[in-house]
Amino acid sequence: MSLYARLTGWIVLIFGLLYFFLPLLGLFEFSLKARRGVYSLDAYTKIIGDAEFQATFGYSVVMALVTIAMGVLLVVPTAFWVRLKMPWARPYVEFITLLPLVIPAIVIVFGYIRLYNTSSWLPMTGTTMGTNLLLAFGYTTLALPYMYRAVDTGLRTIDVATLTEAAQSLGAGWITILSRVILPNVLVAVLSGAFLTFAIVIGEFTLAALLDRPAFGPYLQRIGANKPYEPFALSVIAFAITWVCMGLIQLVTRFSKHTKAAR
Amino acid sequence: MTDTAPARPARPRRLPLTWVGLAPFVIFALLFLILPTMNIVIGAFQTRDGSFTLQNLRDLGTGTIPSSYWISVKISLASSLLGCLIGFGMAAAVTFGAVPRFIRGPLMTFSGVASNFAGVPLAFAFLATFGPVGLITLFLKNNFGIVLQRDLGFSILSFWGLTVTYLFFQIPLMILIITPALEGLKKEWREAASVLGATSLQYWRMVALPILFPSLLGTFALLFANAFGAVATAIALTGSALNIVPIQLFAQIRGDVLGNPNLGYALAFGMIVVTGIANVLYIWLRIRAERWLK
Repeated sequence: MSLYARLTGWIVLIFGLLYFFLPLLGLFEFSLKARRGVYSLDAYTKIIGDAEFQATFGYSVVMALVTIAMGVLLVVPTAFWVRLKMPWARPYVEFITLLPLVIPAIVIVFGYIRLYNTSSWLPMTGTTMGTNLLLAFGYTTLALPYMYRAVDTGLRTIDVATLTEAAQSLGAGWITILSRVILPNVLVAVLSGAFLTFAIVIGEFTLAALLDRPAFGPYLQRIGANKPYEPFALSVIAFAITWVCMGLIQLVTRFSKHTKAAR
Repeated sequence: MTDTAPARPARPRRLPLTWVGLAPFVIFALLFLILPTMNIVIGAFQTRDGSFTLQNLRDLGTGTIPSSYWISVKISLASSLLGCLIGFGMAAAVTFGAVPRFIRGPLMTFSGVASNFAGVPLAFAFLATFGPVGLITLFLKNNFGIVLQRDLGFSILSFWGLTVTYLFFQIPLMILIITPALEGLKKEWREAASVLGATSLQYWRMVALPILFPSLLGTFALLFANAFGAVATAIALTGSALNIVPIQLFAQIRGDVLGNPNLGYALAFGMIVVTGIANVLYIWLRIRAERWLK
């Protein structure tokens, strides 16, 4: 490797790293400037004490958990069944799960509003609970590509057919097979999918705003327009949550590798 | 089942029921993904009273719509082109050993996080850095007397501001996708080229880049679609200052600003077409690329 190439490599890398860390630094620094002249955590204490923050944040956390539950209930049996009984259908199912990456979220929610409005055949947006449910379905759709890929990769590493037959000859039904044989075996994959889903849902803006639900993303956008420092403190919190989720994915993946190596 | 019986007993006829296991997924996908999208697509070809028309698509050429498509395309092009270049540079620096190998792991992990980090908080991060009282803005002003907006013509609420912000998730996405492709370049190819007397430049121009070309172009298409569909970052950053398609569609869904619901469906249909073409290009080129990079 020539000196010239080495130098170029370093310059590109340092430029890139600066580009990534300066905004994070800027965000953090700005969030500490609520008190004139000194750095303080004023913006954080103020925003964490804010009732609307607690309400919207709580709402988004609940939404994320509901989405994860729905995603697991939908994706694990489907991926299992496709691997076991309908391998020919795998490319088609995979294609459908990738569609949410192709169709912009704003178009999908536009369709919801048109299809499930108060005068339609299934007026989900007519009631609060119905809209919450619709939002959870929407989030499940957005998380589908990540969840399906994670679970399907997890299933690839185990012998689905043998495990199923073994369980069946011991008298297990489908629900027992799924919950006590398959799920524990793909738990790491499910957890990675779940953490990624959590990170996506917690700050999601478009769906929540257009379905008019009191979630964290729209709240953050709204106070951005009329509060000086709090939105920046909130963004730091949102960043931190994403990092923690990604860190947990790394952790469970590494943990699973260790258990496998020990065998 | 044994085949020893001379006349095979007639199998008990059963309706094929394996498809039942797929039913929940199919129903979910139909209700919350396919039918809503079809609904928008069909709406784009209907008049208000439901008859077929192409007028909505023709009307996309009126008012502010062409300019908003144009500025959306320009931002997506700029951010995906720069994202590809910078991401390629960073991936290459790590892959070809210009910088120590231990950087690779953290860089890939970071890219995984950052590529998922579009949205409202990203907008605030860039406001806090390049905004009127942001970190860099104040740094340049206090130490060099340079005012970003006045002297360099840079505002975070502009075309370039949005492009620079989008790069925060575009570059990591490029790094994530192109690093495996770069690692698939075999050492023997470079050695063979140099044995035949090729310079480093010739190797890149005649061997490496043609092999990587489908990957590069495919990733470019993916990045383009990624930027084109981004809503939250743009709204949180610029409000309605920059008239890009997702912002216009957002306003249309909120309050029918175009004064014609079906024109709104046509606007959304246009978005699907653009991101659809970009993704088809990505998938097609990816299949081509995988022929070499196994």
